[in-house]
Amino acid sequence: MSPKSRVSAAQRPCPQPSVRADALSKATGAERYALDLAPADCLFAGAFRPGAPSGSSPGIAHGRVRGLDTAAALAEPGVLRVLTAADVPGTNLQGIVHKDQPVLCGEVIRHAGDPVALVLAVSAEALRRGLAALRADIEPLPGVFDPAAALKKGAPLVHAQGHAAPKGGNLLLRAVIEKGDARKALRDAPVVVRGEFSTPAQEHAFLETQCGFAQVLPDGVLDMTVSTQAPFRDRFEIGHALGLDPFRIRVRAPYLGGGFGGKDGATVQCLLALAALKAEGRPVRMAWDREESILAGYKRHAVRLRCELGADSDGTLLAYSCRALYDTGAYAHLGGEVMELGMEHAAGPYRVPHTFVEGRCVYTNNPVAGAFRGFGVAQMSPAFEGLMDALAARLGMDPQALRRKNALRTGDTNSSGVTLTSSAHLAECLDALEAHPLWAGREAWREAAPPFIRRGVGVAAVFNGMGYGRGLPDMAIAKLELTGEGDFLVYSAVADMGQGNAAAFATLAAQELNQQPGAVRLLQPDTERCHPSGSSSAGRTTYTFGNALLKACAAMRDKLLSRAALFLLADDIAALELVPGAVRHKATDRMLPLAVLGRALERDDRVCVAEFLMPVAQDPPDTGRGFVIGFPHLFFAYAAHLARIEVDELTGRVRVCDYVCATDGGRVLDRSCFDQQAQGGAAQGIGFALTEDFSTRQGLILTGDLSTCLMPTALDLPDILSLAVEGDEPTGPRGLKGVGEVGLNGPAPALASALEDATGVRLRDFPLAPERVLAALKQRQGRARRKA
Amino acid sequence: MKLAFTLNGALVRVDADPDQRAVDLLRELNALDVKEGCGTGECGACSILVDGVHKLSCLLLAAQLHGRELTTAAGLGSVKNPHPIQKAFAEHGAVQCGFCTPGMTIAASALLAANPDPTRDEVRQGLSGNLCRCTGYVKIVDAVRAAARKGDGGEA
Repeated sequence: MSPKSRVSAAQRPCPQPSVRADALSKATGAERYALDLAPADCLFAGAFRPGAPSGSSPGIAHGRVRGLDTAAALAEPGVLRVLTAADVPGTNLQGIVHKDQPVLCGEVIRHAGDPVALVLAVSAEALRRGLAALRADIEPLPGVFDPAAALKKGAPLVHAQGHAAPKGGNLLLRAVIEKGDARKALRDAPVVVRGEFSTPAQEHAFLETQCGFAQVLPDGVLDMTVSTQAPFRDRFEIGHALGLDPFRIRVRAPYLGGGFGGKDGATVQCLLALAALKAEGRPVRMAWDREESILAGYKRHAVRLRCELGADSDGTLLAYSCRALYDTGAYAHLGGEVMELGMEHAAGPYRVPHTFVEGRCVYTNNPVAGAFRGFGVAQMSPAFEGLMDALAARLGMDPQALRRKNALRTGDTNSSGVTLTSSAHLAECLDALEAHPLWAGREAWREAAPPFIRRGVGVAAVFNGMGYGRGLPDMAIAKLELTGEGDFLVYSAVADMGQGNAAAFATLAAQELNQQPGAVRLLQPDTERCHPSGSSSAGRTTYTFGNALLKACAAMRDKLLSRAALFLLADDIAALELVPGAVRHKATDRMLPLAVLGRALERDDRVCVAEFLMPVAQDPPDTGRGFVIGFPHLFFAYAAHLARIEVDELTGRVRVCDYVCATDGGRVLDRSCFDQQAQGGAAQGIGFALTEDFSTRQGLILTGDLSTCLMPTALDLPDILSLAVEGDEPTGPRGLKGVGEVGLNGPAPALASALEDATGVRLRDFPLAPERVLAALKQRQGRARRKA
Repeated sequence: MKLAFTLNGALVRVDADPDQRAVDLLRELNALDVKEGCGTGECGACSILVDGVHKLSCLLLAAQLHGRELTTAAGLGSVKNPHPIQKAFAEHGAVQCGFCTPGMTIAASALLAANPDPTRDEVRQGLSGNLCRCTGYVKIVDAVRAAARKGDGGEA
């Protein structure tokens, strides 16, 4: 694609869609999700997870499988098969990078949600009876539930046996980022602030639980339709675990009912595939109920941090040191990668010349942790922003001035040693908040607090890397077809879990081809019809696939003009242009309808394919040690968040009264979609910071349903306001950057800051639950009384 | 047990187990716009109108549908002819993953039938039994307010 053609396309009057391409079909209930597409004659598959608490057992998170009694289950009418590890044909190991998670456990269960059998039945009712009739004899083994304890000598080993047993005992991965000499710089720094922080696990709680259906077709192809963020990668994960040819597996990914990272990697996939292999050609469906979704699904990693920040007396940051402990639970999943991204963000969106970040990702017998929006970074932001507030207080500086003074800009070297050639507008995000009336009017608002209520205002600055980072090509391959009817079909190869990338693809293509929005249709990801384009994750979907799609559109435009030239008797392609529904000869206004062109061209000639590879940091610094893949990153979205809260002195309850996010996601393609990401990310971040409190005891989940895992309702959130700070990211499609992740990282530090403003107490352990807030208030009152 | 009820205007006669959950029966009858998110009445995704009253179909038994008039999201409107609430949800960006949306629009229609011009707080109160994990609710409230202002949001 020549730059010129791109500019000329952008200068045309582009039709703008009034609504997201998928909005009306979803709003009217017409859209079909994975389970809605399951054939009526499906068999039902379900996993038996004997570690889960039940009427007969308090639950076991670590145990040896001594026996499994399947006779009663098999005797139930309608139960066809009970499959165990012995029935798994391949390695029986799943995992994205590190393969250590059995499809079915044969000898040991390592967390309470581990499956040991798979039941195949003719109906949902028969499946329920079959699962209820299974009996497992599990010998409890000593478990380890605390990542620090798991690293101690003599700690029970989570992976004590089997060929997946790690060399490092319970240590999955240790990695270090070292730039300059942080130890010396901290020793010499005029001002040093320190703190320990902790954040809990978090449940994704997508409304559509993990589900799908599968069938072995007569030609032997395993055809699956799954709620998945990574259909192309799934083939390899299933193939490895079950000993199948990945290219004989077809995965289709209709719109997901939410994902947020929790459907990145195998959930139902391998179990479903196994069930289909044993179903004699019949289709099989599997859907986890909500309790199973919470029991067996992946979580955000619980993290503990010990951090130090050193600065000059004028507030110039000098050094940051951080030691991080990530609890990955029973299996690796993406634990190492999540930790690595967190480490890369440990020192915040600031210029820090000397950094030392050490991360350890540790196995425990807790639920499995994995990808979750804000991928390791949401756990870091409460610490770096907590210390920025502490530093501002120590120096008597305005916290926002301190942030602005140190904020990363294009051309700076970040704390990993990467020179930012990409766009960076954090300072402008902070400016946007300061200019907002909610900030300007904060003093008067705080003073007007009613009795027994304290008010506070807090700000946080955050960022989040985009894409896979170095070492793992972040590529997408876009395919675009002029249909025989003369409209366009985009073969979307990156799953849409609700973030709107599919609609963005339709918008980009319609604009680039100068067509009405309705003239571009979308095919949802299908490994047989689309080209591999990576996972729906890392804020990469619209950026990477969008760039590839723009190239395909440019090729399509050139192709259509040259083909139309034959019909319009034009010997100069430049005399032609694409207009809605036609190619037009500019001088004479003669038109060739695209419907005619669609009929005239062979299908091979109606298709354009183009790829895009995300640029990476050139001459990457050698600051990282122990990193497997994905370090470092080059592109970041930035945001500044403002929270105004009320704290009830009598109950400790925090109410969020006002919330504003100012986000730098590059140029904005669709303002509504941009705001959706900012508001939705902030809402999940507020839940993470205040109420959700995913809890376990001895590895057993205490918040096992939606009545205890308290995600925010409409009554728990204010009207979150989204401000767009539009910079231009020159490498992005229409100048945009991925904006899906960064919003989650703001609320925890902004709310902790507001809480400190309201009460004088800085809480460093999350969530900021009423009990914790009340205890801190009482402690402070006690201290104040003693002083008096 | 032989059951008869009206589903989105059409009379349905079906032989069903009386203790089958309504959500399962409706989905078997191809009302796939009725979603299940939790099965325990926490999330609201399975919301339907029973004789115009907002109910959770995961907490109803099939027998409780007998003789009733049921409306699901597909009964409010269609892509070609959307209900004003559905149109407002689409136009105001209130739809992301969309899995809560059919239930959310049902809750909104029940709310507007009872209170044709709710304040933002009243909208939030009215939708507080329906969870959404994507939007943060702002645009959902915008959509319901917009549908209300058009004055015809209460029709079901």
